[in-house]
Amino acid sequence: MNPQFIMDGLIAGAIIGLGAVGVTLTYSILRFSNFAHGELLSWGAYLALAVAGALGFLSAGLTKPIAPFSFGWALPISAVIAIGLTGLLALAVDALLFSSFRRRGSAIIIMVMASFGASLALRSLLEFLFTSKPAYFTKALQIAMKLGGGLRATPDQLLMLGVALVAVVTVHLLMTRTDIGRAMRAVSENPALASIAGIDVRRVIRTVWFLGAALACVAGIMSGLLIQIRPYLGHDLLLPLFAAAILGGIGSVPGAMLAGLIIGLCEALAVQAVGAEWRAAVSFVILIAVLLVRPRGLFGKAS
Amino acid sequence: MTLDILAYAAFFLSMALTYAIICLGLNVQWGMTGLFNVGIAAFVAVGAYTSALLTTPPSPDRFGGFELPIFVGWLGAAVTSGLLSWAVGALTIRLRSDYLAIATFGIAVTVQLCMLNLQPLTGGPFGIGFIPRPFADLQDNALAFSLANFAVMAIVVLALYLALEHLAKSPWGRVLRAIREDEMAAQALGKRPIRFRLQAFTLGGAIMGLAGAAQAHFIGFIAPDNYMPILTFQVWAMLIVGGSGNNRGAIAGAILVWGLWALSAAAVSTFVPAEQQARAASLQIVAIGVGLCLMLLWRPRGLFGEVSPLTRLKSLRAAPSKE
Repeated sequence: MNPQFIMDGLIAGAIIGLGAVGVTLTYSILRFSNFAHGELLSWGAYLALAVAGALGFLSAGLTKPIAPFSFGWALPISAVIAIGLTGLLALAVDALLFSSFRRRGSAIIIMVMASFGASLALRSLLEFLFTSKPAYFTKALQIAMKLGGGLRATPDQLLMLGVALVAVVTVHLLMTRTDIGRAMRAVSENPALASIAGIDVRRVIRTVWFLGAALACVAGIMSGLLIQIRPYLGHDLLLPLFAAAILGGIGSVPGAMLAGLIIGLCEALAVQAVGAEWRAAVSFVILIAVLLVRPRGLFGKAS
Repeated sequence: MTLDILAYAAFFLSMALTYAIICLGLNVQWGMTGLFNVGIAAFVAVGAYTSALLTTPPSPDRFGGFELPIFVGWLGAAVTSGLLSWAVGALTIRLRSDYLAIATFGIAVTVQLCMLNLQPLTGGPFGIGFIPRPFADLQDNALAFSLANFAVMAIVVLALYLALEHLAKSPWGRVLRAIREDEMAAQALGKRPIRFRLQAFTLGGAIMGLAGAAQAHFIGFIAPDNYMPILTFQVWAMLIVGGSGNNRGAIAGAILVWGLWALSAAAVSTFVPAEQQARAASLQIVAIGVGLCLMLLWRPRGLFGEVSPLTRLKSLRAAPSKE
């Protein structure tokens, strides 16, 4: 068996892991599974694409590749802007939709359903704006470098793995070492008690949306840079995201990232062992196995 | 000319009624029990393929073709989809409420993959053709053929409607409603919510399978493209518009939403230039998504929704105290 699957799996897993951290945060603090989270990945990728296009239009120098990577300064700059815009998008969806359900104290399942409707609308809106034709950040081809042990990777792939690692460590430190992180964990344990203790629950909720959307945007850009950008990019990742969030244990940031990597590696292994056409079934099999054996996941607390 | 219009109306209504059957199945799961199913397309597809395999003539390049009578196919469809729902439900209903939603989403993805890749069983991307249609010997006379098929659909929907109404009033239906309104109280009376929920989920799935079979035999041809996630969204829109918990609303919502969908699709294909049609079609889907959210925000009970017995009681009690 070709060991290259480890590299492919790590990259797919990093994308899934970043998305799953957002899912696990919204799930543990807002208490519903957000079916629209996948759309944040797609929107993040398309927003970055649009901003990068505009930047390249303003100054052609920005699109000149920075060696050894395949993209110019336009992409990192547009990524930062897109992260902010995706965060605003998530806040807008929350303000228009989910906040009124929270105010009314609607059942969880109504929020799940609303997220389902929102995902449909957001995804088809992308299809309307950008058509379903795949898009790319860059047309440049990259030669993979030999890493030893039979592994190969392009500079872009290595950079993205590094970005994912930095993002997850940052979120983990934010959750464990800062005031807002402690506030988030308190709200996830008990919202009523947390607000009595003087925690601004609404601010916590806004932070969660922004953080989840920012990570989703990074994952979307990664997927767009290394594979391609499509309106269904996020929708096709939704099942792996949920599977990773549940496997890692709802609420656990390192758990979600680790589970994302596990799922990515299993997918890559299955592609080699069974065939690429069954890739999407891998996360379903893992999901079923987790629900059967250990519904609270690797690092989750028993409910 | 008028005969053509009549034949088309019968065709249109028959199609709408197949959706009404799916909608009735979903109403058992969501309206009566509060179980969220995001994989409707999968249960419908499993029914359609089961019935197709049982009733089509033998075919050398795939499994089956058993040439059984149509009604055996329908029965088989309901049983298979029911079994699948039971399996999904048994696994997830005892867990958090949205795990069922996630699992049904997974089922939809997996069934889609199986339809495409299990070529020897499903015919792969090209699907299965030559599914026997009821009243095939009337096919030369378009009007009689459409009317006969419409009559079959109408009878199926009516029978299901009466059965489900009866079920809702039966002790079983009352327990379901009690669990939905106040699980703790129902439990205190010795009812086991998990068991009742699982039964309702299985029954709803079986009805969806039946609908899939009915649709497959009505069209005569099935392919994975018929069971994309958009089907799930359409059926949800139908039930939410019609009003969850109400069987008449489910049927009316199915006809109304299917009518709007067909009308807007016709408008798109007449007024929009060919190269823009894919984009216009995606706007159509945006409208469904936004509509679903707006209904949830403004009229969560739908156009004909059921008023929950507890709310009715509360408003009755509240009214005199205001004076």
